[in-house]
Amino acid sequence: MPELRNWVLECLRQPQRAADFSDADWDLLIRQARHSNLLARLDWLFQQHPAVQPPIWAERHLEAARRVSDRQQIAVRYEIGQIVRAMRPLQQPVILLKGAAYVATGLAPYHGRMFSDIDIMVPKPVLERAEQRMLLAGWMSAHHDAYDQKYYRTWMHELPPLRHRRRGTVVDMHHTILPETARLKPDAARLIAAAVPVEGLEQVFVLAPLDMILHSATHLFHDGELENGLRDLVDLDALLRHFATDDGFWPRLQARAEEMDLQRPLYYALRYCRELLQTPVPESALAATSPHQPRFAALMDMLFQRALRPDHVSCNDAFTGLARWLLYVRSHHLRMPLHLLLPHLVRKAIKRRRESTPLGGHPLEKKAAD
Amino acid sequence: MNIATYSRERLGQYMATDGVRFRTGPFVVDLRSTLPAVVEGIHQMYGEYPLIESDHADFYLHLKQPAGIRHWWRPQVCFALDGHEPFKPLPLSQAFPMFEWALNWCVASHMHCYLIIHAAVVERDGCVAVLPAPPGSGKSTLCAGLISRGWRLFSDELALISLKDRRVIPLPRPVGLKNNSIDIMRAYAPQAVIGPNYTDTRKGTVAHMKAPTTSIRRADESGRAAWIVFPKYTAGAEARLTPRDPGQTALYLAQNAFNYSVLGRAGFETLTAVVDGCRCYDFEYSQLDDAIEIFAALELPYA
Repeated sequence: MPELRNWVLECLRQPQRAADFSDADWDLLIRQARHSNLLARLDWLFQQHPAVQPPIWAERHLEAARRVSDRQQIAVRYEIGQIVRAMRPLQQPVILLKGAAYVATGLAPYHGRMFSDIDIMVPKPVLERAEQRMLLAGWMSAHHDAYDQKYYRTWMHELPPLRHRRRGTVVDMHHTILPETARLKPDAARLIAAAVPVEGLEQVFVLAPLDMILHSATHLFHDGELENGLRDLVDLDALLRHFATDDGFWPRLQARAEEMDLQRPLYYALRYCRELLQTPVPESALAATSPHQPRFAALMDMLFQRALRPDHVSCNDAFTGLARWLLYVRSHHLRMPLHLLLPHLVRKAIKRRRESTPLGGHPLEKKAAD
Repeated sequence: MNIATYSRERLGQYMATDGVRFRTGPFVVDLRSTLPAVVEGIHQMYGEYPLIESDHADFYLHLKQPAGIRHWWRPQVCFALDGHEPFKPLPLSQAFPMFEWALNWCVASHMHCYLIIHAAVVERDGCVAVLPAPPGSGKSTLCAGLISRGWRLFSDELALISLKDRRVIPLPRPVGLKNNSIDIMRAYAPQAVIGPNYTDTRKGTVAHMKAPTTSIRRADESGRAAWIVFPKYTAGAEARLTPRDPGQTALYLAQNAFNYSVLGRAGFETLTAVVDGCRCYDFEYSQLDDAIEIFAALELPYA
């Protein structure tokens, strides 16, 4: 079997290695980075290492990614302003999550980050009124299907995505960080109570540093389908490196995970950050999470090792497809009990099949996002 | 070495296995396909494009039939960019048009080092005419007419404008003719190579006219934008060139650029500088010969 060349991981760890890259190496790096949404992030890293001089054709791809990322960050700032304006009459806190939080506060992961949507959280009692405010300000529910609406509203931790009717930007409005039906039950009220105000924006908050890390870990390992797995791990790595210098950081992180019932996601986060991105996680912190390792740790290792690679053919082996599929099933299994899950997956599969018939419009019609 | 070095069979073998790697304008394309219609189309339309023995390609394209029942029943074709399929499949008979659309999409949605405007582009003596216009306005027909009478083809779909020096970059590829204009061009340019008609596409019937040899050979010579002309075919109309407001022109181009919103300030500055340096016109016509005459007499915007 040929040796796995994961140049994205290699360059995330040691950007200066690209200084010795051949054309073939650059070619592979750019293809892998594009498929993991990390091209602009790598571009930013290379900017910090002047010894790295990409060939002209590679620079074109890096420049393009840089421009998209720069533009997205401007758009995210603008959208935050619009959301704040829409919600102001409620006089309730709006909490920015993930990418939007990094951009609003200039936190480490924001350099070269790509966005697909904006995540916000509001207290559950306010959710309905908050949605009304958003609808008044021009956002519309992106899922019209009655089943989808019910699925989100009954079981999920967020509303169906809201898409702005003119700008097309998508906002995911959460009221907690995991589905109501999930087994882990972090208490959203405590997250909101600890949230930190964003300077210069009234009623706008981000999660407290420890919660931000725990949410990022939870989202990556217990919620999503890992389509942006490595990108999310890069976020986590940047957050951990940034906050690790705070006094008593590691024990406090541990204690907060315990309070919030999120030790398992923290275990995964520390393990894979250290193993893949060489995040300086102290032994003591790893040891403290080890009681929370899963029962089938070796199997989970086999799955995550694969799913956290760039989604590119060069990083796939015979088990990659199976690993991604098992994690997909797992993500749903974690979300809801089996008697809810099975009918849901069947419905989704049928719907996908129906949607694959092309309709009118541009000769090349985009696939549905879900 | 260019693609025509290979026989149709050899080309098919390469495309089925390693893929064929060729240059078009500033980009290297790596194309794989076992579909005979794609091999045939490449052989006919891309024979003069240089084969590239490089360790990189800008776009890795693969056209193939989807697995499952649709492989046999009402067969389809789908396109993968480096292993990912961004679009729904099309009927198998449209495999070659799909390659052309897909490659345009690849350039327009990735190459943000250029301002990319939806327009046909032709050149003469280093001066470039940009022909933006909505579909159905006769833009491709006019473009095909001009390049069969001495103008050099840059592109019939994508105006690439460098953000660094504002030069227009050629991306010579087959010209996509639609519906009536196919027969018009078969008659008007009998020397041109025009491929088979693909019927019932979502743009109606489509055929491709091969890019002229000199356009392909001089694909690395950029030009300076001199004219922005909005063509409009009107049956029976007298050919007429009327000056057009530059501000309006800039607004229209911004709306019809693929990546104006991505580029922000750089896009605005490039666009306004280009429009500033051009003469802008509306152009109504019904006869290609009149159009050729009027374009030959276009005045330069600069001394």
